[in-house]
Amino acid sequence: MQINKLQVEAIKCGSVIDHIPSQIGFKLLSLFRFTETENRITIGLNLPSQKLGKKDIIKIENTFLSADQINQLAIYSPCATVNYIDQYNLVGKIFPKLPKKIDRILVCPNSNCVSHNNSINSSFIFIKKLNSMNLKCQYCEKEFSKNIVLS
Amino acid sequence: MRNSLYKKNIISINDLKRDELELVLKKSAILKKKPEPGLLKNKIIASCFFEASTRTRLSFETAIYRLGASIIGFSDGNNISLSQKGESLEDTISVISSYVDAIIIRHPQEGSARLAAEFSNSIPIFNAGDGSNQHPTQTLLDLFTIKETQNRLNELNIAMVGDLKYGRTVHSLTQALAKYKKNKFFFISPDALTMPSYINDMLLENQISCTRCQNIEEIISEIDILYMTRVQKERLESTEYANSKSKFILHTKTLKNARNNLKILHPLPRIDEIDYDVDKTPYAWYFKQAANGIYARQAILSLVLIENHF
Repeated sequence: MQINKLQVEAIKCGSVIDHIPSQIGFKLLSLFRFTETENRITIGLNLPSQKLGKKDIIKIENTFLSADQINQLAIYSPCATVNYIDQYNLVGKIFPKLPKKIDRILVCPNSNCVSHNNSINSSFIFIKKLNSMNLKCQYCEKEFSKNIVLS
Repeated sequence: MRNSLYKKNIISINDLKRDELELVLKKSAILKKKPEPGLLKNKIIASCFFEASTRTRLSFETAIYRLGASIIGFSDGNNISLSQKGESLEDTISVISSYVDAIIIRHPQEGSARLAAEFSNSIPIFNAGDGSNQHPTQTLLDLFTIKETQNRLNELNIAMVGDLKYGRTVHSLTQALAKYKKNKFFFISPDALTMPSYINDMLLENQISCTRCQNIEEIISEIDILYMTRVQKERLESTEYANSKSKFILHTKTLKNARNNLKILHPLPRIDEIDYDVDKTPYAWYFKQAANGIYARQAILSLVLIENHF
């Protein structure tokens, strides 16, 4: 903990996404469009973690993620925690849960799916299978294993 | 009483509940016996075919005229100013929805009908085929034909033959018949064109019997419906196509042990997978099936556009 504090500066107010698996931090930044803000963002990569060995961390000032955004983090980062900070104090700690659907974030692997048009947001629902989890595109209705959509 | 299909978008067969399927089939049968030419008088329906599909378009248009409605639209997306000027599908649908009471859309991209429904300002969308995804009115006419010929939609043995990988008609029909009890499926296709895993998984999860077979002869004596589809030459290596093709051509001799009630269906167009001699047998039902498309489409159009139907 002491090491993290030295490497990633504390924020006064905002959200800290912690326990992101190493190498995923940058992916989350772009997929969730966290960079589309004027607020200051701090990112730490490959930090030591007791839980994961190595982890990434993202701190976004003056921004509180919506419940939807937090839950959508769970598909890439199932062990992540989202901490809300106010006046340098931890005022909330949320553990993402896999949502029923995920909008905007993923790209449909079906190259002929209409969701590839720029003006449309992708939309997938999770479908639990006997031994796996699939994602079904709400537009083209094709179902893919989770790994195919996330890769 | 308001019928449950009133103002509903008809995008995917998966969106329709079993009682809604029944409603369409019941209405189709009524319209087949007793035409109601004034049912949609004063309605205007847009027929927007962004890709050519002569059979489906003419079938929809005939259904519209038989119900007394008027039609506007286009039959080939390449020749309209919308595409030449680069207007988006969303804007096109948004504009057309302000002119008409319903929009029929055929589009090469999967999901296009679902997208159109988001921009149609609550004007109902009828999917007349979106890429390799859905063609719900084809499935409704298939169901209507099966019910008409077998007098039931459960406890049937159905064989599907040909391109089961890309053929959307077999996917949708399997999904629809899976809503009924004790149906058994037999799938016959080249190795490269087998039924997709999501269909097999759905059958498995619902404990519905499905068997993969090598040829039609081995199951002909067991089946009530033989649903033929075209093995698409462009989908296979030339040698594989040559080998597969001969295995899946239906000849009259293949029908030697057929049940009396067997009916052969095909979404058409036929290329060479059904020998012309088969047309003369009592089993051939594909042209009557195509004719039933008019009634099924009349039924779904009237149920969606008239509130107090039945």
